[in-house]
Amino acid sequence: MPEVAANVPDLDAPDVVTKGGASAVYVAPAWKLTWWRFRKHKLALVSLWVVVLITAIAAMPEFFATQDPNTTSARHAFIPPQTIQFVHEGRPAMPFAYGVVGQRDPRTLRMEWAIDTEVRYPVRLFARGFEYRLLGLIPTDRHLIGFAGASGTDIPNLLGTDRLGRDQWSRLTYGTRISLSIGLVAVALSTVLGILLGGISGYFGGLVDNVIQRLIELLQALPPIPVWLALSAALPRTWPVTWVYFAITVILALLGWTRLAREVRGRFLSLREEDFVLAARLVGASRARVIFSHMVPSFTSHIIAATTLAIPLMILNETFLSFLGLGMRPPAISWGVMLQESQNLQSVVNAPWLMIPGLFVIVTVLALNILGDGLRDAADPYSS
Amino acid sequence: MHWFILKRLLVVPFMLFIFSIISFVLIQAPPGDFLTSYIAELTQGGSSVDQAQIDALRQTYGLDRPMVEQYFTWIGRMLQGDLGVSLEWNRANSELIGERLLLTLLLTTFSLLFTWAVAIPIGIISATRKYSLVDYVFTVLNYIGLATPNFLLALVLMWIAFDRFGLSVTGLFSPEFAQAPWSWARVADLMSHIWLPMIVLGVAGTAQIARVVRANLLDELGKPYSEMARAKGLPEWKLVLKYPTRVAIAPVVSTLGWYFPQLLSGGVVVSVVMSLPTIGPLLLRALVGQDMYLAGVIILLFSVLTVIGTLVSDILLAVLDPRIRMDGA
Repeated sequence: MPEVAANVPDLDAPDVVTKGGASAVYVAPAWKLTWWRFRKHKLALVSLWVVVLITAIAAMPEFFATQDPNTTSARHAFIPPQTIQFVHEGRPAMPFAYGVVGQRDPRTLRMEWAIDTEVRYPVRLFARGFEYRLLGLIPTDRHLIGFAGASGTDIPNLLGTDRLGRDQWSRLTYGTRISLSIGLVAVALSTVLGILLGGISGYFGGLVDNVIQRLIELLQALPPIPVWLALSAALPRTWPVTWVYFAITVILALLGWTRLAREVRGRFLSLREEDFVLAARLVGASRARVIFSHMVPSFTSHIIAATTLAIPLMILNETFLSFLGLGMRPPAISWGVMLQESQNLQSVVNAPWLMIPGLFVIVTVLALNILGDGLRDAADPYSS
Repeated sequence: MHWFILKRLLVVPFMLFIFSIISFVLIQAPPGDFLTSYIAELTQGGSSVDQAQIDALRQTYGLDRPMVEQYFTWIGRMLQGDLGVSLEWNRANSELIGERLLLTLLLTTFSLLFTWAVAIPIGIISATRKYSLVDYVFTVLNYIGLATPNFLLALVLMWIAFDRFGLSVTGLFSPEFAQAPWSWARVADLMSHIWLPMIVLGVAGTAQIARVVRANLLDELGKPYSEMARAKGLPEWKLVLKYPTRVAIAPVVSTLGWYFPQLLSGGVVVSVVMSLPTIGPLLLRALVGQDMYLAGVIILLFSVLTVIGTLVSDILLAVLDPRIRMDGA
């Protein structure tokens, strides 16, 4: 297999048959060719790993969290990040985090936190902490990292605490679950809508096509954020978190499917004229068979790429909505909800670490965008 | 040419009709009408409301009529220039929106110009120095620009300005000019404030549009007429600027169609963060307070602006590129 890989870079060059093993290129299924091409794109490969890591956090936030994200302790508000240190008094040491001491400023009455170099909490891997069910199934109390000798409010806050003294790192892991899954679910919904309507539009053409295309144009001309805001403002305040969650995904998908529908329609239109489709029809294959076993497989890779590129947009949109207070609402935790804490200059100046969730948004969106671009290039047999 | 413009113009009323329906549906979307929330507010404040008073109010606003009738009353009043009254502010909607609309348009236009002014040179540089360090730097910046929510950029810039330089860069005016009537001094004050929101709003689009210019220019640079000019011995920079660039930036005008709504949209969030006196914060407040008639008017207004933006871009493109008007007519 490695020898084959070495040959793949010249996949599209005429002299591809030169070395031994190259014949594998000709019998490889489409997904394998795509994977070989994708593998060449180093940045996309790195992004893939980033996405895998974030997905892992989203799948089991409890494991990555160090504290219960909902425990509030007003006395421990706005503690700055207690990052993991590797050097103590100028000498290298096993990873640990310093403790903090708080002192109330006599004039402003604000708690001023300072790093206490006397107290050190060594980092332990797979340490015991609060109990939870891994993936909702296995009861356990193991966490990726823990701090020896720390309990309750002493546990170091890797990314600091917010206004209510909640641990930001733990909240971030939980927020990852909601933010990422909203993106995924909303994109899944719009993909279904997009494939369905785009497929109908492209396959049947004529009047149906015209109506759907005008509808798409209309929806695309709407200014998205105001419309999303209005729709989410219409959600009753009394709804439970899960209902709001699904409503938000539906709202996002409502305007999000148009781009995919266009893509699918374009593919259908060009494929309809291809010889292999004509051949299938001539042999007497049914319409469903022509669509699902001949046409769909030949553009699945494009759909996957387009979908990957749509997820970051959805994540950003959810962040916008929640940030403005019209998306997910507390007690739900999402990146946007967390960023709401840093909505004005005052809180940012007092506690800049409240902006860290934004960094997560950027990294996730960046990784997904690069991954999507890599997939798109790999899926296109004509790209060099 | 005239036919093309006429055809485009004919679509406009139809689009506006649909958008007005969408806006009206959005107004009606929250459970209950605005009177319910008004009554709730009154009872919460401790004052009692009697049924007769409620009925009277309901009748004045026509809330007891069927939906379709309510829609036509609403749109009829709109066409006569009566945008209704905001319940929360107790002022005419037109009065509330007036100056904010002007500032919104100003900010959006400035961001648009900023985007073009920065994106086009970047696109040209990236295309002529393909795969060079500069090109890679811009590609990376493009990805980061796309991934950064603009409100976050606003927050970070505001934080840096405050932390490093002790500047408070919120709003569009200094306190002494906020309520003042228009004067040259006020305009100057506005200009000294508008640049930061302009950059924040324009940055993400800059990267996208630079990509468009780069791709177009790369296509053009390989064409025979470029080769011909090169063979004649024309200096490279003169050649690039004189022929292919002109062709390559024409499609940028068409980006106005989708970029303008995007700017308007993004402006909402940025304005909230930077407390700009534009329409964005007004819309948000109206939505949160369920002041739905004000919200509806604003959304309709945004849609109208979008339609105008698309129309202008279509016409500009047709003026610049004869192939399109041949196709469309």
